[in-house]
Amino acid sequence: MANEHEAANMAHDAGAAAAEAAGHAAESAGMPQLDFSTFGNQIFWLVVTLVVIYWVLSRIALPRIASVLADRQGAISGDLAAAEELKAKAKDAEAAYDKALADARAEAQKIAGEARAEIQAELDAATAKADAEISARAAESEARIGEIRAGAVEAAEVVAKDAAAEIVAALGGKADAKALAAAVSERLKG
Amino acid sequence: MEGDIVQMGAYIGAGLACMGMGGAAVGVGNVAGNFLSGALRNPSAAAGQTATLFIGIAFAEALGIFSFLVALLLMFAV
Amino acid sequence: MSEAQGEGLVFHPMDQFIVKPLFGDGAVHWYTPTNAALWMAVSVVAIILLLVIGTRGRAVVPSRIQSVAELAYGFIHKMVEDVAGKDGLKFFPYIFTLFLFIVFSNFLGLLPKAFTPTSHIAVTAVLAMLVFVTVTVVGFVKNGAGFLSLFWVSSAPLPLRPVLALIEVISYFVRPVSHSIRLAGNMMAGHAVIKVFAAFAPLILMSGIGIAVTPLSILAITAMYGLEMLVAFIQAYVFTILTCVYLKDALHPHH
Repeated sequence: MANEHEAANMAHDAGAAAAEAAGHAAESAGMPQLDFSTFGNQIFWLVVTLVVIYWVLSRIALPRIASVLADRQGAISGDLAAAEELKAKAKDAEAAYDKALADARAEAQKIAGEARAEIQAELDAATAKADAEISARAAESEARIGEIRAGAVEAAEVVAKDAAAEIVAALGGKADAKALAAAVSERLKG
Repeated sequence: MEGDIVQMGAYIGAGLACMGMGGAAVGVGNVAGNFLSGALRNPSAAAGQTATLFIGIAFAEALGIFSFLVALLLMFAV
Repeated sequence: MSEAQGEGLVFHPMDQFIVKPLFGDGAVHWYTPTNAALWMAVSVVAIILLLVIGTRGRAVVPSRIQSVAELAYGFIHKMVEDVAGKDGLKFFPYIFTLFLFIVFSNFLGLLPKAFTPTSHIAVTAVLAMLVFVTVTVVGFVKNGAGFLSLFWVSSAPLPLRPVLALIEVISYFVRPVSHSIRLAGNMMAGHAVIKVFAAFAPLILMSGIGIAVTPLSILAITAMYGLEMLVAFIQAYVFTILTCVYLKDALHPHH
């Protein structure tokens, strides 16, 4: 911006500006890069600069940055290892939990089985006992029925004999009691 | 008069030297374009070759800079 | 330095590169504090600010400046390791010094009114010669005469080898030239082009056509400035990576 201002001034004062610029151009003809009189100066200051930078870098900056990077690397790999360890622990815990669960399930299964077997056995025993009782009662009833039947047969025989004797008597015969009994028995058997 | 002819020759030479920059432009474009077409075919290999790309561009571009330098020398140093 | 004249525009694109004493108007002796010395000192201060003051916290979780410093460190460290190999890491402080000096000189030179030390062939030639001498000495110390196998391309057919050897020797000795001129030329070119565009800017004060030319030239300066930011970094990068490549040749000369 200063240049523009200057330029405007110079445009007004063209003559003086032209003279000055001409002088300036004459003095700066050629490339400044090829002005060998400044080479020594530049090279000297360049070497000073490079030595300073190299010294600062190799003594202070690079070891510091390297140690920071190494620390960070260490921290990261340490954290990763810890995470890995925790993960392994979690896996172990999960496995243990699973195992405990499976054990518990098996135990439950076993207990249930045992209980079932016990109940079955008790049931079987009870059934057997009941069966035995039933059969005993059945036998008893059978015996009693037999007795009753026998009693009935006997009674029927007696009644038959009595009836036969009565019938014989009514018919006017005189029945020998003994022969009558034998005949009735004979008929009843036959 | 003689000085004027020398100066004229220098300016013409400077202009001619600038044609070299066109060659450098073609070269740089060629390098970058071929890199791009290769990178599109195999993008996974491209990342490892960017250094080569820049070296190639630098070599191609340096020649253009040389012609520019010749132009500058003709204009300011001869 | 773009002075508008009655007769037209006068270009002084190279005036910005003049080395002059800081104090007074005398001759430039080797010890004179000049503008070149001033800007080199400014870059030293900037480097110290970034790499020493910026990292003084030594934080595991870095501050912004510290992470920039670490980024620069990691960038060059990786470059040296990748290109020159593990045994190239001995030279890391040296290469980092070169990189930092160049990158700071380039960027500080982009400030208005600043002086760019790296635009001077005297400076870049010293940098390139330092690299050249280092590489050559390291090559001979490490490999002895085996370093010469760098020039003897054993993979080429035998009749071609002497020719290739000649070419290789020439290209080896051209290295410092191209190495230095590339950097200085790039810096000089960008700054000079900006100055040429800047010389068009005051045209609006002199003629009607300036209404069109002045905004254009200001736009062009802006665009060139952006390009120069890119170039400033890329040239530092290229200088450094070429140093690494040369170093790799010295450490492992076999093709």
